[in-house]
Amino acid sequence: MKIFIKIIIFLIIIPSKSFSLIEVDITRGNLAPLPIAVSPLSIDENSRQNFEKILKKKNIGDEISKIIEVNLKTSGLFNPLNKDAFLQAPDIANLKPRFEDWNLIKAQALITGKVSYKDEKLRVEFRLWDVLAGKEMVALAFTTVPTNWRRVGHIITDKVYQRLTGEKGYFDTRIIYVAEEGPKTKRIKKLAIMDQDGANNKFLTLGNELVLTPRFNPTSQMVTYLSYFRNLPRVYLLDIETGMQEVVGDFPGMTFAPRFSPDGKKIIMSFAKDGNSEIYTMDLENRIVEKITNHPSIDTSPSFSPDGKFICFNSDRSGYQQIYVMKSDGSNVKRISFGKGLYGTPVWSPRGDLIAFTKLHKGKFYIGVMRTDGSGERLLTENFYQEAPSWSPNGRVLIFYRETKTDDKGEGFSAKLWSIDLTGYNERMVKTPTDASDPSWSSLLSN
Amino acid sequence: MKKLSIRNIDQGAIMKLNKILKNTLLIVLACFALTACATSKKTTGQMQGDVYTGTDTVEYLASGVPDRVFFATNESVLTTASRETLRKQAAYLRKNSKITVVLEGHADERGTREYNLALGERRANAAKDYLMTYGISSDRISVLSYGKERPVDSGSNPLAWSKNRRSVTVKAN
Repeated sequence: MKIFIKIIIFLIIIPSKSFSLIEVDITRGNLAPLPIAVSPLSIDENSRQNFEKILKKKNIGDEISKIIEVNLKTSGLFNPLNKDAFLQAPDIANLKPRFEDWNLIKAQALITGKVSYKDEKLRVEFRLWDVLAGKEMVALAFTTVPTNWRRVGHIITDKVYQRLTGEKGYFDTRIIYVAEEGPKTKRIKKLAIMDQDGANNKFLTLGNELVLTPRFNPTSQMVTYLSYFRNLPRVYLLDIETGMQEVVGDFPGMTFAPRFSPDGKKIIMSFAKDGNSEIYTMDLENRIVEKITNHPSIDTSPSFSPDGKFICFNSDRSGYQQIYVMKSDGSNVKRISFGKGLYGTPVWSPRGDLIAFTKLHKGKFYIGVMRTDGSGERLLTENFYQEAPSWSPNGRVLIFYRETKTDDKGEGFSAKLWSIDLTGYNERMVKTPTDASDPSWSSLLSN
Repeated sequence: MKKLSIRNIDQGAIMKLNKILKNTLLIVLACFALTACATSKKTTGQMQGDVYTGTDTVEYLASGVPDRVFFATNESVLTTASRETLRKQAAYLRKNSKITVVLEGHADERGTREYNLALGERRANAAKDYLMTYGISSDRISVLSYGKERPVDSGSNPLAWSKNRRSVTVKAN
């Protein structure tokens, strides 16, 4: 299974030196998304015909700009303007935009570009312009195999996002999740993976056994998950590139709740035996196992801090489910959740400053964040049932899943993926071909 | 470059927040009223506290030997009724010494997935420990937690949840 074709990127055009004024503030709810014009990438007739043959797309330039537009719109920070109002032709705009024209339709930023077919490769150049200042902000070119065209759209969005917000993007990424089908009492679950925008959905298991909680390695395209293969709930490792699977938590009991350490070298997980769940780590290279917690209560859902020095986890040692933080050797255990209700699924932000969690209070479920010492608790969204937040690699967006309440006959059940900004704004359903749960966001595929 | 004034954003956000707060308050009040009705109506005779006491989903290992015990929310403590059921199971297993069993622990849907896996394991082990005190060797008992993955009742109400918080003794051979 060769999913990953390395993308070749040549950065050939001189980066802009202009001191631009456009800036998008992503630290607060963005009530006025930045108006941006995405001029369709221009393409010469010869290249267009070649790509139509290879990719079965009539105009690959248009297709790539559509991807950029959807990405920008989904972020909630940008408002891509209607193309019908564009006055300047794409090929001319890419050479030198007539800024008055773009200003007239209230565009503050403009993306132009050109697609060409060269030595059987796809070559894309793009430019980002500050319309008011009349200056070029970014100019880059990529060359890759034609089948990578969607990724080119995502990479361009990442560059635009980074230039305008000052932080890395999250568009050239994928989501692994559990695809669900069938009645609630006999649910069939499969591992599935898709691009961040829902394209290229693939099922990775057949649904013969129950699978849960897949999580990406932050440094590679490996995944750890829980499988009930042969009715033995165990932690497994899956290489998405080769499709190879192996059991890593084959202890005499149940292993579950796996996650990678930030360097990708260890798996941290729960091991339950004789009614007691404890947290363990396993070094993937030498298979050395370390017991981290030692308490008769339930200790589960561990998640490392990005520097690897701390672990947050879920324990009911106080009587009910709460969030705790300890040093990575298991010392200095401190409870950090003290609000009303039960807390679960803590997961440390890749930025290091926050912990996202699920909270259950008075029959409602919330997704929220708190600082790593438990202060500053902020609830982002409330519903009948939702849980399992996973961070975008830049720590700005959370993806989680939400289930609906069934009716009196126990019917009408569904589970879907949703995303929400750290600000609490821009809540959106992430479309999947089947019902879905347990999402995990990959790191950026390219930088 | 036009920038939104900070004051505007704040006022907008505060107004929105006020609205949200008011609405949630109403919803919360409505929920209280609804759940209060629902629990008192539907659960009569089938639940004690929030432990299921009915026989709807129960199957039998042998005549008069129920296969499952039920738990209160978030609990793994065996009730008097559960202990009685398990004593019957132990007697049955002592008589049929070749039978081995799997104890399948389950939780309801009102909890996070991983915690519920641990809770299911704890519940099944509570049943296992009790069977062992009545003379059943641990070699004959294995434990498997399904967390909230295999409900018997797909309802989203307190009665359905009470049926799903269970440990089921399943013959393995």
